[in-house]
Amino acid sequence: MTLHAELRVHRAGFALELDLAIEPGEVVALLGPNGAGKTTALRALAGLLPGSHIRTEESTWDKLPAEKRPIGVVFQDYLLFATMSALDNVAFGLRARGTRKAEANEIARHWLAQVGLAEFAKAKPRTLSGGQAQRVALARALATSPELLLLDEPLAALDASTRLRVRSDLGRHLQHYPGHTLLVTHDPLDAMVLADRIVILEDGRVVQQGTPREVVRQPRTDYVAHLVGLNFYRGVAEGTEVRLDDGGTLTIAEPAQGPVHVVFPPSAVSLYPDKPAGSPRNTWQAIVSGIEQHAHTTRVDLAGNPAVLADITTATVAELRLQPGDTLWVSLKATEIHTYPR
Amino acid sequence: MRSRLPVVLVLPAVIGLAFLLVPLAGLLVEAPWATLPAQLFSAEVGQALRLSLLCASLATIVCLVLGVPLAWLLARSDLPGRGLLRALVTVPLVLPPVVGGVALLLVLGRRGLVGQYLDQWFGVSLPFTTAGVVLAEAFVAMPFLVISVEGAFRAADPRYEEAAATLGASRWLTFRRVTLPSVMPGVVAGTVLCWARALGEFGATITFAGNFPGKTTTMPLAVYLALETDPDAAIVLSIVLLLVSVAVLAGLRDRWIRA
Repeated sequence: MTLHAELRVHRAGFALELDLAIEPGEVVALLGPNGAGKTTALRALAGLLPGSHIRTEESTWDKLPAEKRPIGVVFQDYLLFATMSALDNVAFGLRARGTRKAEANEIARHWLAQVGLAEFAKAKPRTLSGGQAQRVALARALATSPELLLLDEPLAALDASTRLRVRSDLGRHLQHYPGHTLLVTHDPLDAMVLADRIVILEDGRVVQQGTPREVVRQPRTDYVAHLVGLNFYRGVAEGTEVRLDDGGTLTIAEPAQGPVHVVFPPSAVSLYPDKPAGSPRNTWQAIVSGIEQHAHTTRVDLAGNPAVLADITTATVAELRLQPGDTLWVSLKATEIHTYPR
Repeated sequence: MRSRLPVVLVLPAVIGLAFLLVPLAGLLVEAPWATLPAQLFSAEVGQALRLSLLCASLATIVCLVLGVPLAWLLARSDLPGRGLLRALVTVPLVLPPVVGGVALLLVLGRRGLVGQYLDQWFGVSLPFTTAGVVLAEAFVAMPFLVISVEGAFRAADPRYEEAAATLGASRWLTFRRVTLPSVMPGVVAGTVLCWARALGEFGATITFAGNFPGKTTTMPLAVYLALETDPDAAIVLSIVLLLVSVAVLAGLRDRWIRA
């Protein structure tokens, strides 16, 4: 059954208003910048904060304190109990809910084996690596077969190399988990890889939701556009002309009408020292305001009408002898620009 | 060499060190080593030692049973006036123990505020009994335990308790299985301090429980008594107390001295 949650948390200077519906087996990612209210939402769902109204077709959880809710939580820094072995950590939830010791240990052992840590049953948490601790935390959360699994930045505490492997392991476990999953993260990659649906939260409100594919292709706020790495504008279209709200016009290939969002990738932008020849392109003058080296490209931040981000090759950087303050010509093919209604 | 140590600091430092150590050394020098074994195993010393160990241990148990929950309350609850309560709990730390003994007499004495009802209804009278010794020692020693354990509770991350709650654990189970084990070093340190303080208790004990050999004469009281009649016995008893103190220090060395 679908799980419906209405979260209303009010604190001084902050209000969270979030409605969520999660299908069984579905992984919903709650993505947003720091301070958007993601952790508040997770704590309200877990019953650690008042203000959640949660119902499934069978029951409502409104009055239930955390210890009575059928939930499992993986905390950001795992919060494994340091005085207990890995096995006792995983068995703790079962024991607390009244399962007999022998049976609880057997289930816990099964879950440790599931996450590939069967031989670490007796290990104390502080002897485990970050990735292993994360897997014990996942096993502990799943051992009680919760209806709702809450993951709070489950990969944030890991270093880059472990992260990749732990992320794919986590994805595999989430695929097999039949309950409802809410993943809280500020990392777009976690959300894209792990979630079936992404809910984007800014200032306590949902600003966009959709499948990872929809979110990547059609961002609706500057924050989302920045996350997915696109140039993003609001404008009004008239045929193949878009007048941008913040100044400038762009020529597009596919005609459109009315208020639209406009996106194109920084890699579609070319830079020239002189006005380029050829007409089907958008060209305008802009001033270099920042240069940043990425792995294989250089990102140039340009102030102009409109302002734009361009990804160019290191060879081009050398050729142009780019310096902040330089004036350049920006050129952009109409076919690279994607518009969609606001 | 950076510079020579200034004499204005070194001289008082050396005198201070000598002031602390020479009396202890004197105790060892003056000890009647020849008769020491006989003294040590004499009836009076044995009796006082047994009574001391028993009373200090019982007082420590009382302090643990009452003090750990009190420390938890002070550290974790949002009681109004918690700061004031914390200050009040520490009063016996700075109060002269004799005053503590007088206060106990006033409340628990046969005509005391509470004592008169204990006497009327249950026929229980606490002053000048072994139970009175335990009470007097617990009164003086409990703040040491509470302070130590409260600090440990406050240092413990409450998010572990939240994690336990999300796993279905009640507050009591969480306290027993998660919180208490995590503050165990603090509880152990507090217990040792509390026990040592109870063992050395003199003022409150002699005021509230009097000095009856075999019943209320603990080691410190015995030392005081013996000094008038048998100074050698006083030295032997003192050495025993000194050894116990050193043992306590050794037990706490990791937590207190190296830090």
